[in-house]
Amino acid sequence: MTNFETSTSNIAVDERVTRTPWYIRVMRRPELGALLGAIVIFIMFTVADTTGNFATLDGAAGWTDFAAPVGIVSVFVALLMIGGEFDLSSGVMVGTSGLFAGLLITELGMNVWLAILCTLVMAAVVGFVNGILVVRTNLPSFIVTLATFFVLKGVNLAATKAVTGTVRVSGIDQGDGYDSARAIFASTFKVAGADFQITVIWWIIITAIATVLLTRTVFGNWIFASGGDANAARNAGVPVNRTKIILFMLTSLSASLVGVMFLLRLHGMQAGQGVGQEFYYIIAAAVGGCLLTGGAGSAVGASIGALIMGFAAVGIPYALWDQDWVSTFLGVILFAAVLINLTISRRAQGGKK
Amino acid sequence: MSEERNEEIEAAVEAAAGTEAAPPAAGTPALELDDVGKRFGSVVALRDISLHVDPGTVTCVLGDNGAGKSTLIKILSGVHKPTSGEFRVDGLAVEFSSPRDALARGIATVFQDLATVPLMSIWRNFFLGNEPVSGFRPLGLMAVKEAQRMTKSALLEMGIDLRDTNQAIGTLSGGERQAVAIARAVHFGAKVLILDEPTSALGVRQSGIVLKYILAAREQGVAVVFITHNPHHAFMVGDRFYLLNRGRMIASFVRGKVELEDLIQAMAGGAELESLAHEISSIRA
Repeated sequence: MTNFETSTSNIAVDERVTRTPWYIRVMRRPELGALLGAIVIFIMFTVADTTGNFATLDGAAGWTDFAAPVGIVSVFVALLMIGGEFDLSSGVMVGTSGLFAGLLITELGMNVWLAILCTLVMAAVVGFVNGILVVRTNLPSFIVTLATFFVLKGVNLAATKAVTGTVRVSGIDQGDGYDSARAIFASTFKVAGADFQITVIWWIIITAIATVLLTRTVFGNWIFASGGDANAARNAGVPVNRTKIILFMLTSLSASLVGVMFLLRLHGMQAGQGVGQEFYYIIAAAVGGCLLTGGAGSAVGASIGALIMGFAAVGIPYALWDQDWVSTFLGVILFAAVLINLTISRRAQGGKK
Repeated sequence: MSEERNEEIEAAVEAAAGTEAAPPAAGTPALELDDVGKRFGSVVALRDISLHVDPGTVTCVLGDNGAGKSTLIKILSGVHKPTSGEFRVDGLAVEFSSPRDALARGIATVFQDLATVPLMSIWRNFFLGNEPVSGFRPLGLMAVKEAQRMTKSALLEMGIDLRDTNQAIGTLSGGERQAVAIARAVHFGAKVLILDEPTSALGVRQSGIVLKYILAAREQGVAVVFITHNPHHAFMVGDRFYLLNRGRMIASFVRGKVELEDLIQAMAGGAELESLAHEISSIRA
């Protein structure tokens, strides 16, 4: 016995981490790269600002107005990515939901609240279909949801035209319950004179809920496991397929919520609304430290990613730069952030992997 | 594999196991196969396999590539159903339709590469599928601190001392990862622990670590099924040895009545190995 103990104790010493310093623990946080990036970009736009408004509460109301709807969906796109899947139909789903709710209200005279409920059910069904197709066919979710994307894009245009004769649904403010629904989903509130969108509150609450869901619940453990190694997860008794399907449904529901918010705020919806947004969501999630292969990431990170987009959307015109460069800017940010995240996580893991 | 290292580990494992081999426990075997066969279409993967696995012993299943080891594991762990014969757990005939059924009967399988999720922390891996919760299960909050503490103490019980259970399990060595997987199965009450080639991808030291934890599991009364193609490793820890070749059981031995050479001979098919040894020595000469 003694003989063996001595022979293993020196093995143990040179192979395990003897202590974990605080900065290593900080560096292991997946959202660190996004946070550092957000600080640098904030300072950059504050310096470049020509209006003197960027770093004020009014400025904050501006960039959070842009960031909130992106952030709400990004958080769930991030959970889905951690679970190892993509959803390219999340952007178009915003439009589909707004149009669906709008048509229920204007064409069927449905109560606004009932229409919202029906829309959420419809979105859950679409998410379920995405999920079941992915887990049953074993096709990459990239392909499955790309198909859903195009199907919905076509339906949005064709159905809207067929019913209304135009490419827009309007007049929803005539529906019953419009005012109360608008107060909840599309009003503003004042903070020291600055008008913030209520969507910001939704965004913060949803980020907090998603963070608890991911890091503290059993379901969160299943998300990490499903994306990290689906086979190992199955061997440990994790219901991987169910986890993925639920994630697709949550993503679709979050897009639907944003669709309803836009519908109420704009009093109507264009048939093309939301198309292209899916890339913003994926960029936010990737900037926020989500691994594209699944298994790692954070909800807070995705929200910080969305905030960076808000900085760019407001900061670029404030700096009197050409607005057309926003996409280029986001492209560069995406590449830089993912590279930094990768470097940091490699360092934190001690050069492995 | 260096001869010296091998002997060192052998001596160490021998010491840990106690000099006397524990006699197989009396009573009902934890697992029993009676004339079990498995065919896939016209291919006969296994034929007339009979074996029994007792609690508190290590049963080694040895075989070269293609001997039918994987098929046997898959039957024991509930992935495949046997096409003939009887499979008994605690003396009762069973028919598993999935690994979950087997797990529910206390049969845990640790697959070589598929035991843990590398990016997840050690404690998350440890509790994966058995998360400690308060409240409604999937949405129940995990007591994180409690889980970390339990992971640490459960690993210590198996003699694995890791300071930080919050680090990604992928940062551990292969042997340590297997050890955590073994500790997990034991902690969550596995009565039978099936290990699929746990040492095949590991170096000598790492293999030694895993062999030590196999014995630790045995000490706790677990029936261990150790599948390997390495007779040295099997000989160090095994109480009973079954040899498979081309889907058939060609020999079985009990500890104390068999020498390492016999195992190697039987595994390689005796005469074949002798001629091979002759060939090699003529090249070397």
